[in-house]
Amino acid sequence: MKKPTYHIKSYCHIRENTVSLNGVELFVGNGPNFPVFIKSVYKKFKVDYPKFFKMDNLSKLAFMAAEVLLTKENLGSGVDNNIALVFANRASSLDTDRKHGASIEDDNSYYPSPAVFVYTLPNICLGEISIKHKLFSENSFFIFDGFNAEHLFHYSSSLLDLNKAEEVLCGWVDLDENNYEAFLYLVSKDVGTKYSVKAINSLY
Amino acid sequence: MTKIYVSHNNIVSCLGLDSETVVNAVRDELSGLGLVEDAALLPVPFYASVLDREKLTVAFHNLNPKKNYTRLERMMILSLDEVVKASKLPLNDRVGLVIATTKGNIDALEGASPFPRERAYLAQLGMVLKDFFGFQNEAIVLSNACVSGILAISVAKRYIRRGVYDHVFVVGGDLVTKFILSGFNSFQALSTMPCKPYDEGRSGINIGEAAASVLVTSSKENLAEQSVEVLGEGTCNDANHISGPSRSGEGLYRSVHSAMQEARIDVKDIDFISAHGTATVFNDEMEAIAFNRLGLGRTPLNSLKGYFGHTLGASGLLETVIGMHSLHQNTLFRSLGYETRGTSQPLNVIHRTTPRELNVFLKTASGFGGCNTSAVFKRVKDWNKERR
Amino acid sequence: MGDLKEELKGKIIEQLNLEDITVAEIADDDPLFGDGLGLDSIDALELIVMLDKDYGIRLSDPKEGRKIFESVEIMAKYIEEHRTK
Repeated sequence: MKKPTYHIKSYCHIRENTVSLNGVELFVGNGPNFPVFIKSVYKKFKVDYPKFFKMDNLSKLAFMAAEVLLTKENLGSGVDNNIALVFANRASSLDTDRKHGASIEDDNSYYPSPAVFVYTLPNICLGEISIKHKLFSENSFFIFDGFNAEHLFHYSSSLLDLNKAEEVLCGWVDLDENNYEAFLYLVSKDVGTKYSVKAINSLY
Repeated sequence: MTKIYVSHNNIVSCLGLDSETVVNAVRDELSGLGLVEDAALLPVPFYASVLDREKLTVAFHNLNPKKNYTRLERMMILSLDEVVKASKLPLNDRVGLVIATTKGNIDALEGASPFPRERAYLAQLGMVLKDFFGFQNEAIVLSNACVSGILAISVAKRYIRRGVYDHVFVVGGDLVTKFILSGFNSFQALSTMPCKPYDEGRSGINIGEAAASVLVTSSKENLAEQSVEVLGEGTCNDANHISGPSRSGEGLYRSVHSAMQEARIDVKDIDFISAHGTATVFNDEMEAIAFNRLGLGRTPLNSLKGYFGHTLGASGLLETVIGMHSLHQNTLFRSLGYETRGTSQPLNVIHRTTPRELNVFLKTASGFGGCNTSAVFKRVKDWNKERR
Repeated sequence: MGDLKEELKGKIIEQLNLEDITVAEIADDDPLFGDGLGLDSIDALELIVMLDKDYGIRLSDPKEGRKIFESVEIMAKYIEEHRTK
């Protein structure tokens, strides 16, 4: 059976203080650290979503990358956008895990925070994006030692093969102490760059 | 289309270190939950299902390990070892490995851990398992909250359908740790008694630890006698709240719908539901609403949390294995802890362990982040003939 | 009591990351949940931790919280009566 071909419609990067869409730089921040930088990104793109400030760093990063990409796609409200989310990274939710860990380390100041604990799962960022864009869709979060285009390619293609999704928002969203990197792209059956492992790696 | 089977299987839990022993305990309605008073884990006493350290150490020692392994690694290796051996498969490039866990070696972050903190990186867990068995492909680690265990079977199936692998070993596991207990306690989600899924007196979850493993394969050769075919599966987000279950059960409803559509079956074909049933007020209510919307309000249903507690990333896989044995033994297992209906919509919660001819079951799970996963499994009737 | 109310407003904004709201914008009798400040179930749990950590008040039943967290006014009154630090 011949496998159908899919296409990359658009892609977005957030790394090194820079936000870019389809390879074009949209914003360069000069924050001294990630929280300041990502807040400036939020302001720049005029998101107006107070829940953003409750998110942990990984969710903020994933949320803003999805925001930049999906805003361009002009998702219709009131319709079901069956866009699956397939994300991967290296550090899982360790950035927030360490925070929760610190809050329970000392018996004399043992105050675990529910608002921190809830983010000690990497897939929470998928939930945040689903809520914002009303995506009732397939979600999965994977962990690898490094960027793994092959996995992203096969897994997202399988969702399209099996008609589990119309499109797939796919990519790498990693945050570990001061290092952060988001690379998301949208795969669909429409026209665009022909979808392949090679194409993913060249855009990454 | 290629048929996909779930075949050889193992459970490592406080009820036993292999599926047979564990399933026998469930059939005898034995709960693995016990009261734990250990201030190093949680300042207040709590119920949990915890693996006997001594038993684990002895059993693991029999595998002649050459290095030091964390507690979770030992559980997972012990579990997977039995399945790898039973499969008799050479671990070549057509064989994949999927690992389901929420927190992996999170205890490596604790000051007292003898392991380096880097051990908490989940990819390291993948490498440890890959190296122990000599898998050729990099492990695919899935960390998708409490649906991880069942979603891992979906991932394995999809990889096989895609033609990347012929066989995929799936292992799921999570621990009872200070990290997890403190978090769920801050959520006021821990029950101070053995949990009571779907009961009117339910007051929260118990945490459990376990590892479970299965072989997912497209080959009919050497199938285990409890083998099932994966008829369909699906995952769907609630798009509602990151911790609170959806009031309408939207994501669960849609995930079951997706699985049933792929399976091309009707609600009447489902003999029982192995549901999530964490015993929190909101989760169980959400499930009752979703199942009734699907016309599954009368289908026999159980939650196995009364036996194992909530084993997080392992739960969906562990409960699938029990479901496979349930079909094979033609027995509906009692939903332990349930007495009186405690949901606004009716559910046919299994009151007592009952013999019944069974063919098909639905497995569901829901988790933080708003995720819901469902899968439909059908017993391989003449596994003896099919294995040829 | 007035000081406590101002203190609580500041803490609510800080602890619950209410970025775009100032102390002056929260009235003593504004409902905190629902249409008021729009707090949710995780915020309620976070306020329970705050009561414990900052005022030495332990709530064992989260349902109790719903009544106490109705407004800053009611919260302050409850804290005055029950605080141990």
